[in-house]
Amino acid sequence: MATIDQTGAAAARDELISAAPRRKSTLEQQQRRWGWIFLSPWIFGFVVFTAAPIVASLIFTFTDFNLANAEITFVGLKNWEKLFSDPLTLTSLGVTLRFAVLAVPVGILLPLGLATMLNSKYLFGKRLWRTLFYMPYIVPVVSTVFIWQSFLNGQNGWLNRILTMIGFNPPNWLQDERWILPALILVGVWGVGNAMLTILATMQGVPTELYEAASVDGANAWVKWRNITLPMISPVIFYNLVLSVIGLMRYFDVPYILTRGTGQPGTSAYFFNMHLYKTAFTYADMGYGSALAWLIFIVSMALTIILFASARRWVYYASGD
Amino acid sequence: MASATYSKTANTSPYYSVQLRRFGTTAIITLLAFTVAFAFLLPFGNMALMAVKTPEQITASATGLIWPMEATTYNYDGKDYTVYEVPTEDGVVHEWALINKGRQTSEFVDPANPDAGLIEWTGNWRGLNEVSTLRPHFENFGIAWDMLDFPLLFRNTVTIAVVGMVGTIISSIAVAYAFARFPIPGKNFLFIILIGTIILPSQVTLIPTYALFSKIGWTGTWLPLIVPHFFANAYNVFLLRQFFLTLPRELDEAAMIDGANPLQVLIRIIIPQSWAAIVAVGLFHFVFAWNDYFNPLIYLLGKPDLQVISVGVQIFNYQYGPRPQLVQATSLMALVLPLIIFFFAQRTFMRGVVITGVEK
Repeated sequence: MATIDQTGAAAARDELISAAPRRKSTLEQQQRRWGWIFLSPWIFGFVVFTAAPIVASLIFTFTDFNLANAEITFVGLKNWEKLFSDPLTLTSLGVTLRFAVLAVPVGILLPLGLATMLNSKYLFGKRLWRTLFYMPYIVPVVSTVFIWQSFLNGQNGWLNRILTMIGFNPPNWLQDERWILPALILVGVWGVGNAMLTILATMQGVPTELYEAASVDGANAWVKWRNITLPMISPVIFYNLVLSVIGLMRYFDVPYILTRGTGQPGTSAYFFNMHLYKTAFTYADMGYGSALAWLIFIVSMALTIILFASARRWVYYASGD
Repeated sequence: MASATYSKTANTSPYYSVQLRRFGTTAIITLLAFTVAFAFLLPFGNMALMAVKTPEQITASATGLIWPMEATTYNYDGKDYTVYEVPTEDGVVHEWALINKGRQTSEFVDPANPDAGLIEWTGNWRGLNEVSTLRPHFENFGIAWDMLDFPLLFRNTVTIAVVGMVGTIISSIAVAYAFARFPIPGKNFLFIILIGTIILPSQVTLIPTYALFSKIGWTGTWLPLIVPHFFANAYNVFLLRQFFLTLPRELDEAAMIDGANPLQVLIRIIIPQSWAAIVAVGLFHFVFAWNDYFNPLIYLLGKPDLQVISVGVQIFNYQYGPRPQLVQATSLMALVLPLIIFFFAQRTFMRGVVITGVEK
């Protein structure tokens, strides 16, 4: 009954608003209204938790904003100028970018290699291996950090004991400025599960006819992988590349927990977001914190745009998509 | 003559060699997978063994055996004596407990036959090896459990995770339904914005969101960890929408003709067909909330009674860093639940990952 009433009401309003054919437009309007109702949680959430905060944080960058006394004073470009005079900003941005340069190739090549291995028709026990490689991704970051901290320990960690046993002279990973970033890469190896799964699923979706045709032409496994698999999975590689770059620009938990927020040794593990966190939450300098947030936002967006622009050259979209 | 023999082998050898090569390739690749998995999971071994050691065993194992070993003792006349490997003239090595130490001769007792009394042995006991046995100290978990107040952290985390899960399921279903079935103007544009939020660097919304929650007095409560999840999230909406699009519209339309409104269609027709995707969304959220570190870090600062497992374990481990066995025990305790959930629901879980990751 309620539906009919609404239809009637909508129809009445419809007559006032438009001269469109009555019945069709009422049905469609009614459908639209339901659509907006179902969509409303996201619209509300988007406005309150995404759109408004972006605008607000831009405004905050021009203010001195201390949450403790809730005073906002406009200071013009002071915070933006401070970005360039604060040595820790450039240092921490440098650490973050240097780490990204190391981590992105690992974050793509390792899951690509694992997926290729799991996709091999010769591999025995595929499901078991897939589960095992994915599993560390589920481990809470706090556990991950403490587990690796112990594993990488210079005195009794297993890694160095094994390396010593097979004749290496391993570094003290977590205390050595030159080795802390490679150590963090090792910790990050536990996070390849998602990329590996998505790449594997895409590989499994490559039409077998392509491989059969190549076999007829006498292509070997490497040629097939290079010329069929790789182009066919390039969209998912691109997707993982974007996520990986964005993820690295958000990188915080692991170095923060590992170094107790200090970024030691020296400033070698002082990542940008640790600087942001310290500024905004330890020193409660929300204005300058917002400027830092906008800086990393701009850097992230620039990198994303570069990636999207480069995609045209190397990402292959099968026709029809 | 020779050619006849050759031709005979030539007929069969390709078959065997293909078989052999296939077997060889399988063996090599499987061995490779095993090696990589072994290396991958090695830190777990380091953790598991460290978690059941005493500080003495940790010190001892830094150079010696990795297992939690402990010297064997034997109780004789109400006192514990260390057991040594004692070689005798007949070439047999006995495991005897050392009772009276002496420079030239020492007195032992045979734990297998204590009634025989003291046995005199000539030689310096300092040259003897102690007998050690495997003694894992599982009581470390009990100690960590109490010190950490694990039940409190567990309750808090599960409550936050489950309430948020309900919120994200309801809201994401509604939004995904809107995107999958309704003629909303500008729908494609809105959908692109939704997907775009995935690659939005979250730092840019962090400070104003924190300021907002602080202003309305929500910092120091669970609300900032729960309420935002009642407004859908891009991954979940995407996953559910993809799933809803595969469902036949005929059933919706039949129900509509029977007078069902869209909400009734959703509840009676769409949801019952979509449990696989809904369960995946629920699991993703649960694991996310359980593992989340940053949000509890900033919003539950200074509220130990409300604290969750991730920050709780971190604070505990900063405090008890010099007791690595407890650090490893708590790290293990924090990862058990998500791992159990993953192992029981791995198919649903991994299918969800694939849908959100591949189809974009």
